[in-house]
Amino acid sequence: MNVIQVESLTVCYQKPGLKRLTFDAVKQLSFEVHQGEVFGFLGPNGAGKTTTMNVLLGFVPPTRGAASLFGIDVRQPIARQRIGYLPELTYYYKFLTAEELLRFYAKIFSLPHAETDRRIDQLLKLVELEHARKRPIKSYSKGMQQRVGLAQALINNPDLLILDEPTSGLDPLGRMKVREIIQRLKNEGKTVFFSSHELGEVETVCDRVAIIHQGELKAVGRVNEITGQHASLEKAFLDIIGFQTTTAP
Amino acid sequence: MKNIFAVAGIVIKELYRRKDFYVLFILTVLVCLIMGSVNVFNDKHVVRYLKELCLLLIWVSSLVIAITTTARQIPAEREQRTLLPLLAKPLTRTQLIFGKFLGCWLACGLVLICFYIFFGALAASRDHAWPLLNYFQAAFLHWIALGVVVAFALLGSLVFAAPSSNSTISFVIVATILTLGRYLDAVALAQPEPFRSLVYALYYAIPHLEIPFEMRNLIVHDWPLIGWNFIALETLYLLAYAVAFLVAACLVFRRKPVN
Repeated sequence: MNVIQVESLTVCYQKPGLKRLTFDAVKQLSFEVHQGEVFGFLGPNGAGKTTTMNVLLGFVPPTRGAASLFGIDVRQPIARQRIGYLPELTYYYKFLTAEELLRFYAKIFSLPHAETDRRIDQLLKLVELEHARKRPIKSYSKGMQQRVGLAQALINNPDLLILDEPTSGLDPLGRMKVREIIQRLKNEGKTVFFSSHELGEVETVCDRVAIIHQGELKAVGRVNEITGQHASLEKAFLDIIGFQTTTAP
Repeated sequence: MKNIFAVAGIVIKELYRRKDFYVLFILTVLVCLIMGSVNVFNDKHVVRYLKELCLLLIWVSSLVIAITTTARQIPAEREQRTLLPLLAKPLTRTQLIFGKFLGCWLACGLVLICFYIFFGALAASRDHAWPLLNYFQAAFLHWIALGVVVAFALLGSLVFAAPSSNSTISFVIVATILTLGRYLDAVALAQPEPFRSLVYALYYAIPHLEIPFEMRNLIVHDWPLIGWNFIALETLYLLAYAVAFLVAACLVFRRKPVN
């Protein structure tokens, strides 16, 4: 069974204005993500990556087609029981400490008290925030906030992790730390589905990637297959989306 | 139910870690203590004015806390993007709305306990009496009325774009209901048709919060207790409105895009 299954997914949004015009943010998208792999979801801004993620998370209903997590339709809240999600640039409740934040999310998953304590200790150690566990989140740096976000995504020990631009806005050190955590999760056998603009990073950690442009799937496969004749994934990506460079080589 | 309580717990934590409540409480205490220390007209019943002023300040402060705390809940979740990880967990939108409502309502209850304890101590220092049941009836109906206000502001936070516009509109509407709501039927009588029917419809449609508001007189003028059956009926009447606003909020929220 595939962890993520997307079949002929189409999502239409209504354009703002009096005329009820619609546009397709995602068109006939099909792909699957297998157990234990790190899957990169690439595309330029406005390509439909976040819309696809929103469908997987049950935020947006598919207009046509279907999407499932662990074989359960994404519209069922139970489909989200085994996933962890890290959105891009989230500012968590400033008045809480990291420990209180994780305890709150653990309650939503109905984790027993002892298990919650154990997971909080384990996760704060993983994201290297043990020293700041009693400090309010408002005193955290951007990198620390992103790491607390990663910890909240892992509180239920998910089998699937959905990360939206996990290294966005982080300095090189912060990026490296997040990358290390993803690598460690991969080694633990977790499935990771993430979108990123950092193609070098994708090349390093991903097993397979999908490239989406203007709502359509342009390529899907192993990183070396996609890279093919090109020197790097970045060059392959630009070629696939049809970008013509204006500077002379 | 566990999810609703988890969300409510966060709202309560937010209230006691922010400064809003402390500022309003200290202001109320200061105004009442200053007023209580002077007797301008040497009136031996001056304690009644003091009690009236104190209760009015408690009402205004509690409305400010209820409306501002509630109005920012959902917009802040959207703006800070915390709504995304929250709804990506096994938490439904209905649970989130009910959790936010319960949190704000319980927080208002805690605020009222602090205010009424201060009021009781202030009144006892002058009257040397503790009419606890009267205080309980007034505080209880006050809290139930705040439930309607909280549910209304929560619905407003999903309809209006900015928390400030929602707070202003909610405050104006609640203040109008408290002061003019009871006269709408008399206004209707003086109107030609079809305005008469419209004003009458409005009179019967709005939640009448005047009874909890006028419970202040019970304490100020040392009136006897109100029948418990009446309190129960009034509670049911007000809770019906709170539930109606909450159901409307859930229906609106269900159609709202998350980001």
